[in-house]
Amino acid sequence: MQNITKDYAGNVVLENVNLSVNPGEIHALLGENGAGKSTLMNILFGMSVIHETGGFSGEILFNNEKVNIETPQKAMELGIGMVHQEFMLIPGFTVTENIKLNREISTPNVISKVLGKQYEKLDFDQMNKDARKALDTLDIGIEEYAKVAGLPVGYMQFVEIAREIDKENIRVLVFDEPTAVLAESEADNLLSAMQLLASKGIAILFITHRLDEVMQVADTVTILKDGHLVDCANTKDITVTEIAEKMVGREIERLVRHESDPTQNPVILSLKNFYVDMPGEVVKGVNLDIHQGEIFGIGGLGGQGKIGIANGIMGLYPARGSVLFEGEDLQLNDPGEALNKGFAFVSEDRRGIGLLLDTSIEMNIVTTAINVFNMYLKRWMVFTQIDKKKIRNHTETMIKDLDIRCQGPTQHTRRLSGGNQQKVCIARALTLNPKVILVSEPTRGIDVGAKRLVLDTLTKLNQETGLTVIMTSSELAELRSVCNRIAIINKGVVTGVIPPDAPDAEFGLLMAGDKREVEKIGK
Amino acid sequence: MVSNYVKKLGIPRLIILGFLLSLVVAAFFLGIPMDQLLSSTLVRVGMNGILVLAMVPAITSGIGPNFGLPLGIICGLLGVLVTFDLDMRGFPALFTAMIISIPPAALLGAAYGWILNKIKGSEMMIATYIGFSSVALMNIGWILLPFKSNETTWPIGRGLRLTISLEDRIASLLNNFMSFTFGNDQVVPVGTLLFFLLACFLMWLFMRSKAGVKMYTAGVNPKFAESSGINVDRQRLIGTILSTVLGAIGIIVYSQSYTFLQLYKAPMYMAFPSVAAILIGGASTKRASIANVILGVILFQGLLVVALPVANQAMQEGNLAEITRIIVSNGIILYALTQAKKDD
Repeated sequence: MQNITKDYAGNVVLENVNLSVNPGEIHALLGENGAGKSTLMNILFGMSVIHETGGFSGEILFNNEKVNIETPQKAMELGIGMVHQEFMLIPGFTVTENIKLNREISTPNVISKVLGKQYEKLDFDQMNKDARKALDTLDIGIEEYAKVAGLPVGYMQFVEIAREIDKENIRVLVFDEPTAVLAESEADNLLSAMQLLASKGIAILFITHRLDEVMQVADTVTILKDGHLVDCANTKDITVTEIAEKMVGREIERLVRHESDPTQNPVILSLKNFYVDMPGEVVKGVNLDIHQGEIFGIGGLGGQGKIGIANGIMGLYPARGSVLFEGEDLQLNDPGEALNKGFAFVSEDRRGIGLLLDTSIEMNIVTTAINVFNMYLKRWMVFTQIDKKKIRNHTETMIKDLDIRCQGPTQHTRRLSGGNQQKVCIARALTLNPKVILVSEPTRGIDVGAKRLVLDTLTKLNQETGLTVIMTSSELAELRSVCNRIAIINKGVVTGVIPPDAPDAEFGLLMAGDKREVEKIGK
Repeated sequence: MVSNYVKKLGIPRLIILGFLLSLVVAAFFLGIPMDQLLSSTLVRVGMNGILVLAMVPAITSGIGPNFGLPLGIICGLLGVLVTFDLDMRGFPALFTAMIISIPPAALLGAAYGWILNKIKGSEMMIATYIGFSSVALMNIGWILLPFKSNETTWPIGRGLRLTISLEDRIASLLNNFMSFTFGNDQVVPVGTLLFFLLACFLMWLFMRSKAGVKMYTAGVNPKFAESSGINVDRQRLIGTILSTVLGAIGIIVYSQSYTFLQLYKAPMYMAFPSVAAILIGGASTKRASIANVILGVILFQGLLVVALPVANQAMQEGNLAEITRIIVSNGIILYALTQAKKDD
């Protein structure tokens, strides 16, 4: 792709961008949200949105021949495939059926001879074999006859990939943030699958926000910033810090320093034999003591139960066991009670649970406070009216304090970027003046710059107001950069609580659930 | 600026508005008196307004458009019938009818809401049939209930009449209140319109209260609501009850303007025009505002009022005009339903 320039109604989103990928190469495409990565990919795929808005300038060379990709079909014919960030799978179908969708292998029969190809019998044996082969190529042990509906998120991603590589002519494969929704071990599987594919001569374009993955697998990186090409380099010749700097144009500190040791403070929250029945994230008897003013991390692999803990405390999923908060028993399975006692929750499901997408930022921020604490209300005896002025003032303060980039307090949250949506969620939690804030996956799916701001906000709050933060995250690096202590969850129980500067091996073993090995290291 | 307004209004409303305007122009050239059309529109807006307003709490609380409105309507009819047996007239009768109809409406609304909480996801279908079956059930009720008044019961045999005249009882009470005439002796039903606007204002206040915020939240995102400590099922229950009660009050206002009480099968299809009106007014199946109510009822009733004489003039045969009226009104309802946005 050479000298690609694209503008939307005069607003230039790409300017003279060059990108070239060789067969068998893993090429990482990096950039903050809005840097122009998606637009570039849309051009490569001939998406209609590009041509409807006036096309682009520059040219695309495929095997050194100039090609004109006008439709996605054309891109497919050339052998360009894409693994989407959101899964495009049919849940009720089996893995095979999904892989072979619209490319079914069929054998003729009497009826089809009369009525045409649509009525041919499906050759499931052959389709299953093909699917198996594709899955084996990825080295993944899913049964090809399993229904997609029941699969863990990580596996669905693999079905998507299997579908692409099952296409015989595939030459270029684009991965759009494939690891954003995966836990670390799943991501590792995916990365090795990518390497495997590359070794078979497929060119891979890898869009991601996780820099460590880039360093791990990519051969070359291209960095975009504000529609410009910043750098294109071999991964060997560049360091993570350099990449990050080039992407966001500011330096990144690695660690937050904790001046005092909050683990000397009294215990504020204590979980004893805590069970949560959250589908896919079952918690089976967790014991934890969390100290006042601590930033406490909960880590672990996907599906092991780390997400379930915060949801259980907040009463969103059926929980049992005992939760002592400030020495008092917390009534379980009652979200109102948890909020009332001083908990606030930033959900991992930002768009599903965390936000009212078609409602103003200000109402998003205050709704919970109105309900639980009767804040922002004017009262006349039993009658109440919301206090628009107070809400507006509060929202404006929050927008300023948390640096929420928006058009104003009345903008709907749907159109905000992921990072700003997350800040709205945090603003909602802070509006409750909580004693403990539970934050789940605070940086999932948001770009590096916003990630940094979100984490900074949390640590700043912790240090300035002594707020206790319980942060659940799939990204261990993130936990290790801000937490005082980190609990690792495996199979629904705590395998260990260790400081962030513990050796990598210890974290790895705890995540794999191997306590004995950890003890050996200890000795 | 203009395109912004267009966007806010939405294409379906522009289409309906364009259709209405072209009918008005046609009516003008066919020589149909404009003052009469305006007066009829105002009367019909006033009489249907509260029935449309009844959709707001239903949609807001998350049960969707209240297709089970006949449930509330039956309670309203019951209230008026009781005032006959109490031999009440005038405003006391009107308000007594409303007060009497509220408890049964609340009770039935609660039962109805309880059912709707059990069948989340298919509310519209179930609600429609709850409406239908309640009408069928009440057909038996109209025969068996021990009403005594000569004006409401058949002279021979037992049971209530099909249509009951409200003359000398509550007929046109609100319509005539503070009313004035314009043009060629055409009435502006100030009382009915004021009552409708008052109900709208109260609903607007409710939506801005704590209870309203809770209901809204439960409707647009039940998971968010739950994580904010809001009992979603209770909000849906309250929304259903409010909607049913408004249905009861709505039919009383409707009847005083219509000057007849229609029993038996009449309430069966009364939910549809109200649902259509609010959808045309720009509501989706998940969110509705007072503005949607007012705009919708004006557009819907305006269309009906103007389309009829135009069709009459265009096609002189009596039957065809009636058929055209049915086609137009059902056509608008169908169009409104196809435009219903889900906005998830």
